[in-house]
Amino acid sequence: MTARPAIERIDAYPTRSIGGFSVRAGRPLPFGATPVPGGVNFSVYSNNATAMTLVLYRAGEPEPMAELPFPDSYVIGGVYSMTVFDLDAEGIEYGYRAYGPFDPERGHRFDPSVVLADPYARLMSDASTGPRRSRVALDDFDWEDDSPLRLPHEDLVIYELHARGFTKSPTSGVSAPGTYAGLIEKIPYLRELGVNCVELLPIFEFDENDNPRSHPVTGEPLSNYWGYNTVAYFAPKASYASTGRYGMQADEFKNLVKQLHKAGIEVILDVVFNHTAEGNEHGPTISFKGLDNATYYMLTPDGHYYNFSGTGNTLNCNNPVVRGFVLDCLRYWASEYHIDGFRFDLAAILGRGPDGSPLWNPPLLESLAYDPVLRDCKLIAEAWDAAGLYQVGSFPNYCRWSEWNGRYRDTVRRFVKGDTGVAGDLATRMVGSPDMYGRRGTSATINFVLCHDGFTLNDLVSYNEKHNYANGEDNRDGDNNNQSWNCGHEGPTGDPEIIALRGRQMRNILMILLASQGVPMILAGDEVGRTQQGNNNAYCHDSPLTWFDWDLVERNADQLRFVQKAIRFRQAHPVLRRGPASAVSWHGVRQWTADWSEGCRVLAGMFDAGADDCVYVAANAHWEGHSLELPTPPAGTAWHLFADTSAPSPLDAHEPGAEPPLQNQSRVEVGPRSVVVLVAHRVQVDQRDNGKEE
Amino acid sequence: MRLSTEVRGDVTVIALEGSLDSRTAPQAQQEIEALFPEEGLVLLDLSGTTYMSSAGLRVLLLIYRRAQNGRARLALTGVPEEVHDIMAATGFLDFFTVAGSVEDGVKALTV
Repeated sequence: MTARPAIERIDAYPTRSIGGFSVRAGRPLPFGATPVPGGVNFSVYSNNATAMTLVLYRAGEPEPMAELPFPDSYVIGGVYSMTVFDLDAEGIEYGYRAYGPFDPERGHRFDPSVVLADPYARLMSDASTGPRRSRVALDDFDWEDDSPLRLPHEDLVIYELHARGFTKSPTSGVSAPGTYAGLIEKIPYLRELGVNCVELLPIFEFDENDNPRSHPVTGEPLSNYWGYNTVAYFAPKASYASTGRYGMQADEFKNLVKQLHKAGIEVILDVVFNHTAEGNEHGPTISFKGLDNATYYMLTPDGHYYNFSGTGNTLNCNNPVVRGFVLDCLRYWASEYHIDGFRFDLAAILGRGPDGSPLWNPPLLESLAYDPVLRDCKLIAEAWDAAGLYQVGSFPNYCRWSEWNGRYRDTVRRFVKGDTGVAGDLATRMVGSPDMYGRRGTSATINFVLCHDGFTLNDLVSYNEKHNYANGEDNRDGDNNNQSWNCGHEGPTGDPEIIALRGRQMRNILMILLASQGVPMILAGDEVGRTQQGNNNAYCHDSPLTWFDWDLVERNADQLRFVQKAIRFRQAHPVLRRGPASAVSWHGVRQWTADWSEGCRVLAGMFDAGADDCVYVAANAHWEGHSLELPTPPAGTAWHLFADTSAPSPLDAHEPGAEPPLQNQSRVEVGPRSVVVLVAHRVQVDQRDNGKEE
Repeated sequence: MRLSTEVRGDVTVIALEGSLDSRTAPQAQQEIEALFPEEGLVLLDLSGTTYMSSAGLRVLLLIYRRAQNGRARLALTGVPEEVHDIMAATGFLDFFTVAGSVEDGVKALTV
């Protein structure tokens, strides 16, 4: 049975001709370019423009094939809309000329000599095949029964990865390296690793060539690899699609989401609404600047750009028009791409008013928190900005927003490298930071020690200082406060003791992360010890320096296996994910007696949710081993050994559920700079008779 | 875009020649549907296609959906390498039985 044919629409016919094309008054909603029966509906808005022209190109050609001014009767409010018939939706590109005052002091920068990209463009052409222009997307992808997964937030193990860098290296062995399709081929790896959520660095269309610097040694131009400079907020990055040159990046990205969902893996997008790729008054006019500069950007009273983002401009997020734009955009990704959540870059800016002052109840953040389309989406804030607004623990949250917990990162780094005076703070961080998120449960904190921005895990334990010379700024760029320790030698070494210590330190960090309440996030590659040679700000390198080196999977198979087991262990123990913090008791060298004194480097926590879910985590950041008195496990159970980072592989982590019993039930030895994790399992009666209890 | 049809045993083989893009897609879809039997086995032979765009792939998927809703079974053969790669990357390929030759396609459908 085929579907019954619909009655033909009476608006499927043109009413007049403009610029040689048959047209009729368009539909203002939805904004953007939408295929409709017989043609394409174009809709664009600007409250301050005085006139607008639609510019059509044959794909890839330098000159327009037609310019169609919008007649007055095609304008409703500030919205210009027109349906153009007999257009080959796949074969055209388009843009707009917006007319209005050029009066920078009043914030207006209209310039009809520039053909502007559509802010609502759902597709952008691949810049490697011609000019980067707006295109029309076919939106009838066959999702079958796919929907966002709605995994409980606190059960996530997030894996932060770069959609290109993950498979760009020839070592990846995929058929289309550096693409969405290539990433699909690595889904089995992600499943084996055990993560259930990938957080993708920006995949909205951006300008990868936006970098004025060149490599100080090779002289090659540096790039903008990370992609925190959005050009088009509704368009998936064309060059990340193996089918980008055919304009099929939307289908390819949707297929990636669908396949990840089939594997039980959620997709979170890193979105950049704090600034755009247009820079300040010296930057290019691409879209917003020419459409309605005074609306889209935060401007000083005399028309200059506020720069809270550190990149030249600041998107005027709490202007009502921009707020609508952001909401439209996120709704689109949630509904059209089945995205499971969003991580907001420099999100503190999203809480600033049009004059830059922080708002106590930012309308944008409130709208996103209560929006029905976004209801099940995870909303994660990077709760600071580049102008000193630091809101970790105080970000306006509506019991809905979670935060990258920068304090968790700093505390774990300091404890593991052996700083004193942080054991107490570590205890607080390991139970979901209740001092910051007490009333909101463990999903409010995204616990991480490493992310794309900073050292990799391997480099955190291999370098005391950043080594950013290759970034072309004489090592001035990048954070100086890394809380890193090189274990006795700066950079690569052949010293087996240092190598062993670094391996242990990496496992210590990963084990603490995966045994902490809150949502852990792992930086892709850290599970196999990926290095960036000490570069802690590698945003500008699209090269083997930043790409995932798949040879490491074999070379560091032991560490990978450790992480796989630690993730499975976490998933087997709800008490590590959901809390409550009150289920955790603290211990030290003596049971029930945690040592909170300044000089202490030992901390042990018993996460006790009863006989079936009780875990003991002991972390020793001292260079000497310690013997710890064990608290009694729940009645009817005995302690079993899950992990000991001082043990040689494969004894450093046992199979979750099949951990061997601990011989001595009253004490455990925790080696120098090591973490030991025990789990309570029920014991058979005969075993208990022969055991060492009592 | 040119279509031809041939019956091999129980299988109707429909061969496409030329370019399948948004200009030719609507007509191609109509013509394929006209040639498509109400029930039975259909093999689409794409070995003569020179270009297939996003809209062309959608025609294939529409035909597949039509077959699925009716009592027909559909397979593809002669998929040019480039088209195959696009179909694989975008997930279209997952919907189809793909055979290396008309003979294999006939066999795959009649087993």
